Amino acid sequence: MTTATTTAASSMSYAVRDSTTMLRRNLRHMQRYPSLTIMLVGQPILLLLLFVYIFGGTLGNGLGPGGAGGRAEYVGYVTPAILLITITSAILGTAISVATDMTEGIIARFRTMAISRASMLTGHVLGTIIQTAFALAVVLGVALLIGFSPTADVGEWLALVGVLLLVTLALTWFAVALGLKAKSVETASNTPMVFTLLPFVGSGFVPAESMPAWLRWFAEYQPFTPIIETIRGLLLGTGIGDSGFLTVGWCVLITAIGYFWAKSLFQKERDR
Amino acid sequence: MTNAAIPAISATGLRKSYGDKVVLAGIDLNVPAGTVFSLLGPNGAGKTTTVNILSTLIGPDAGTASVAGHDLATDPDGIRSAIGLTGQFSAVDSLLTGEENLFLMADLNHLPRRAGRRRAAELLERFDLTDAAKLVPSTFSGGMRRKLDLAMTLVGDPKVIFLDEPTTGLDPRSRRTMWDIIRDLVASGVTIFLTTQYLEEADQLADRIAVLDEGRLVAQGTPDELKRRVPGGHLRLRFPDAVSVQRAGVALRLSTSDEHNDDENLALRVPTDGTVTALREVLDRLDAESVAVDSLTVHTPDLDDVFLSLTGHRTGATKELVR
Ligand SMILES: Nc1ncnc2c1ncn2[C@@H]1O[C@H](COP(=O)(O)OP(=O)(O)OP(=O)(O)O)[C@@H](O)[C@H]1O
Ligand SMILES: [Mg+2]
Repeated sequence: MTTATTTAASSMSYAVRDSTTMLRRNLRHMQRYPSLTIMLVGQPILLLLLFVYIFGGTLGNGLGPGGAGGRAEYVGYVTPAILLITITSAILGTAISVATDMTEGIIARFRTMAISRASMLTGHVLGTIIQTAFALAVVLGVALLIGFSPTADVGEWLALVGVLLLVTLALTWFAVALGLKAKSVETASNTPMVFTLLPFVGSGFVPAESMPAWLRWFAEYQPFTPIIETIRGLLLGTGIGDSGFLTVGWCVLITAIGYFWAKSLFQKERDR
Repeated sequence: MTNAAIPAISATGLRKSYGDKVVLAGIDLNVPAGTVFSLLGPNGAGKTTTVNILSTLIGPDAGTASVAGHDLATDPDGIRSAIGLTGQFSAVDSLLTGEENLFLMADLNHLPRRAGRRRAAELLERFDLTDAAKLVPSTFSGGMRRKLDLAMTLVGDPKVIFLDEPTTGLDPRSRRTMWDIIRDLVASGVTIFLTTQYLEEADQLADRIAVLDEGRLVAQGTPDELKRRVPGGHLRLRFPDAVSVQRAGVALRLSTSDEHNDDENLALRVPTDGTVTALREVLDRLDAESVAVDSLTVHTPDLDDVFLSLTGHRTGATKELVR
């Protein structure tokens, strides 16, 4: 008889091994069908170009007192929101692939194998994080090419990476739950759209002060506003105030909700 | 665990309902290790539900079971590490190649990398899938897909294998290949729990058969025991006219209860044990009376006969085939 501690240790190492196996499976899927990834990376880039080149001239001039910076200033203003939209765009892919996965017979096979239950979900989460990191790098690269000039120092860059990772983790777990909840792949591809709209109803594209009072109230208190303010503050060195704490708080909350919701949905699927 | 005295699968009082619909109404099973057990039943009988419960996919509403010495309620992971399931519906990863599917299974069975590769190559070879190794399953034929499915199940060297309708939808040749594969598995000492809609398949492969109908086991036994309970073997004789039918009935001394006249009363159903001697006797008697016969078919007992005699109703699946 093995002791309880060795059993726990080996089940822990199996959980890690199974998750990396599932991650490899998801990366292979992405590689084999790159169209989804390309669409998900292309969408934020398209939005960036649209806002900077079509609306940017006018919007940049309206950014506030003394603001006549036009397009050049607007690139700096909008890039944080576009980075956030890169993440919301990527989690759309997570919801779709989780929902698709659940319709596949192989999930039943996984469930009859002695593997870590969570690995079926963590594989998706890890896959999305890698995909998102790649997408963020590409989008940031495009922003730099069209004139974005961040002033962040090394510490701020590191903090930025941390914040983006935290936001990705939170939204990904939430998307996993949405993907499990969705009755069909179509539903799964619609629900997370809300997240892509949220930065618009915040300080992502225009300052919240320019909105009607009721909308401004929502814009100020919704989670994406402090997240955008934090990203913006770190990139442009304008300081983040209490946005940093709010961001971490919201992320922890969303991660917890997404994680436990996903876990219970996945469990329920079995008892069906 | 391979001790024959310990049953590989045992279950008592398994019940499952969905809403008002009772799918399993209390099932008791006992499968000795190293044998093939076949659950025979028509569409909707509850075969897949039974397999899903025993393979830990869904929980029963009531009842207990143990598989490979592990209790279903308290040690599902123990069961999972000992079993392999090839379900009714394809369980291959449709975006991965044949080979990658097997590698995936090797990794999830925690085989060391080299051993996993070797096992995958071995199974591809054994199932004649080497050509398909680098292709994705969407390009496979139904038979290849099924074989890959089974190969994936075998990567982890399971002691107890569940096969849910392994040959449904396969052509006769692929079905024979699958039967040979199953026989090889049995020879290697594993226990097999097989569901099927075909008596012939159960007959060919199983040591014991249980007949499932609307969530109840209506009979259990060896193939021979079951067939003996089935009086379904008969000859079907067609005659050119009604007079011949009547004369044939007299010549064969059929009692009226044996006479299953149908097809506008131009056919007769004559019970037989299927031997040549019996067949010759029937023909000799008709010959002696110079009764003209249009055609003759020999009908051996099938699932429908089993059902008719055990439950008093025909199976839904074969209703149209039997007039
Ligand atoms: N998740 C479910 N919800 C509701 N009813 C279900 C569910 N799963 C199965 N059933 C019902 O239970 C009955 C038995 O189904 P099951 O799949 O076990 O039959 P089966 O013997 O495997 O049939 P087949 O030969 O068609 O595969 C069917 O009437 C089916 O409609
Ligand atoms: Mg079935």
